[in-house]
Amino acid sequence: MSSLRPGNVGIVIVSHSPKIAEGAADMVRQMVGDAVPLAWTGGDVDGGLGTNVAGILEAIETAWSPAGVAILVDLGGAETNSEMAVEMLPEDRRARVLVCNAPVVEGAVIAATESSGGSPLAAVKRSAEEFYA
Amino acid sequence: MHDANANRAAQTFASLTAFAVLVNPVGLHARPSVKLTQCAKGFTAKIEIALAADGPWTDAKSPVKVMRVKAPQGATLHFRVAGPDGEAALAAMLALVHDGFGEA
Repeated sequence: MSSLRPGNVGIVIVSHSPKIAEGAADMVRQMVGDAVPLAWTGGDVDGGLGTNVAGILEAIETAWSPAGVAILVDLGGAETNSEMAVEMLPEDRRARVLVCNAPVVEGAVIAATESSGGSPLAAVKRSAEEFYA
Repeated sequence: MHDANANRAAQTFASLTAFAVLVNPVGLHARPSVKLTQCAKGFTAKIEIALAADGPWTDAKSPVKVMRVKAPQGATLHFRVAGPDGEAALAAMLALVHDGFGEA
């Protein structure tokens, strides 16, 4: 997936269910548009429910932006695997990827909305996390 | 504004206000909120919305806060704008509402 405005923060959606991840990405595309680099991943390596580090790394690469990447996750393993994926990134990229403490669908839409306005990574994360504020 | 330069020098801008009735069938639900926020973010002016002329005012550049306003169809949406591009911002926001956020 190519990004039309690489200056905007990228959004990665990680769910145990590939259907949820893809559906959330569809909502972002339809509601926010194409101005934000976006990728999703879901399911374990055998195609069952779960998450896998390789898939998350690939999604981060797809949605990569010099402005950084915000990751939205659903439950437990999605978060720990995302954190593991971030640790495996090259050092110069690690600090520019943040996992958001926000609901996956709503957080993705809000984070993308914030990103589409050109906001920096910290503001994108903060806005997504307002849902729990 | 005829005294725009003076205002800019003083780093203060008079607040502009206006209102419009929400005409789109679902009011200010998720998708229109996103559009409103994106439009607001295109301006440097401070832009706020409210359901009454005396507030409470909500930051129009915050998608979460705008969605929490939950303005229904037929509600009057008030705008309060202050900044160097305030007039253009206000015109754009009003046009968006009149246009039913493109989904009327």
